[in-house]
Amino acid sequence: MPVSDRINATLRKVPAWPLYIVGPLPGLWVFWLGLTGGLGVEPIKALEHELGQFALKLLVVGLAITPLRRFAGLNLIKFRRAIGLLAFFYIVAHLAVWLFLDVQDGSLIWKDIVKRPYITIGMAAFVLMLPLALTSNNWSIRKLGPKWRQLHKLTYLAVPLGGIHFVMLVKGWQIEPLAYLFVILGLLALRFRFIQRRVAA
Amino acid sequence: MAHRWKSDLNWSDVTPKQAFLNRRQLLTGAAALVASPAIAGLGGAPSAYSTTEAPNTLEEITNYNNFYEFGTDKEDPAQNAGGLTTDPWAVQIDGLVDKPGSYDLGDLLSGVSLEERIYRFRCVEAWSMIVPWVGFELSTLLARVGVQPSAKYVYFETLVRPEEMPGQRRPLLDWPYREGLRLDEAMNPLTILATGLYDEPLPNQNGAPLRLVVPWKYGFKSIKSIVRISLMDKQPETTWNMINAREYGFYSNVNPTVDHPRWSQATERRIGGGLFSKRQETLMFNGYGEEVADLYAGMDLKKLY
Ligand code: HEM
Repeated sequence: MPVSDRINATLRKVPAWPLYIVGPLPGLWVFWLGLTGGLGVEPIKALEHELGQFALKLLVVGLAITPLRRFAGLNLIKFRRAIGLLAFFYIVAHLAVWLFLDVQDGSLIWKDIVKRPYITIGMAAFVLMLPLALTSNNWSIRKLGPKWRQLHKLTYLAVPLGGIHFVMLVKGWQIEPLAYLFVILGLLALRFRFIQRRVAA
Repeated sequence: MAHRWKSDLNWSDVTPKQAFLNRRQLLTGAAALVASPAIAGLGGAPSAYSTTEAPNTLEEITNYNNFYEFGTDKEDPAQNAGGLTTDPWAVQIDGLVDKPGSYDLGDLLSGVSLEERIYRFRCVEAWSMIVPWVGFELSTLLARVGVQPSAKYVYFETLVRPEEMPGQRRPLLDWPYREGLRLDEAMNPLTILATGLYDEPLPNQNGAPLRLVVPWKYGFKSIKSIVRISLMDKQPETTWNMINAREYGFYSNVNPTVDHPRWSQATERRIGGGLFSKRQETLMFNGYGEEVADLYAGMDLKKLY
């Protein structure tokens, strides 16, 4: 039996629901650190950054699930909804830190969104993910039928926007955000059929 | 006993490190300046240019730094700057000066009278601190080396030493870090060369052993670990301006009405307020308008930002 089959067999026994409990813990932990001085002398930016990083990592993992099954035979589909929803949870937390702790001034929020391209793009990513989060349940899947799959292709737009947002907000060209964007674009490329044929061959 | 600019405690020779890290709380009465000579530390004399606002703690000032020579994260300089050799240290002074040459730091400092300057420090990234620098006016150094009449600008360079400055092993910036001032800005009494903070020699991550402090400009103008000072007749190239002229002007005066393209400069966050710290309004010229506004009379600061 190939390794992937054995892993799949083991994973079949692991339920997805504990992810909803364990997943938010790192976020609560960094919030706690921020409250108690564990995030350095400027905890607001640090928390904003930590939450953004968690969100982006989860989005990358979420994008990797289909290629992992196709090319490595690893079946993690069962966990995909939880991963997507957790990513959304971190984006909401990231956005909340920005609104309430960072910018603070309500009159500046709209100005920032229209005036600052990296915020515009982050916001666009968030707005695109709203319908995805709202329809990540069995009832919606049944109700929407084939339209559900169409709708959830928005991921292919929203995730790279999140990656571009990261590239734009650092000073100068730094390696880390570019590496994320590179991985995201690579995972998206694996969705094109002609590339799939190449990789499989 | 040494009493410097506060009368209630004397941290520099009797207070354990841990205690004076928390002195921010004790310092709310920092307005009580007592002008008697200090015995311990560098002994910077109090100055009328100092603000009465409570300084940030040494911990805050030394653990939240932009010093890309040691990495791009705010904690990187504190972590990576320990290995920098700051003794011996020489500063090359050249260009339009009467007495050019390589000056040993000890030589440069002999005869200058150190002052404590408690200044507001406003980073272009919209955060700020209050820092008790110790230093001397740049003008005294310039007078000593003799500025020729044709000189219009002062140019500065930071050390390049990738063996000790890990950030320089990558071409993140076009090393060396460069900065510059117009000569009248350099001669302003607020402009100092700092050698210390909190009455002790500068920690490496804050630009040891010698750095510029120009309190009415964004922090990146206050170049660190200086090895070259050059007098020029043309406006010198400066690092952030070279990288992105739209975001970082040559002047880079603190100006709440001119936003950075990626964020507002109208408000700032004072470091040290914790997770729920409120933003405060940014002041024109960082609150030093009385001393420096004249320098820019007739200039359109929206264009020459
Ligand atoms: C898909 C959605 C998003 C993702 C994946 C994301 C991800 C990130 C990441 C990875 C960072 C940088 C972390 C670091 O430097 O370590 C970041 C920073 C930031 N994000 Fe987002 N973000 C998203 C949406 C948003 C939205 C909706 C807003 C606000 C409207 C926002 C505002 C910010 C801000 C203000 C920063 C910090 C910028 C600074 O350092 O000044 N982000 N984000």
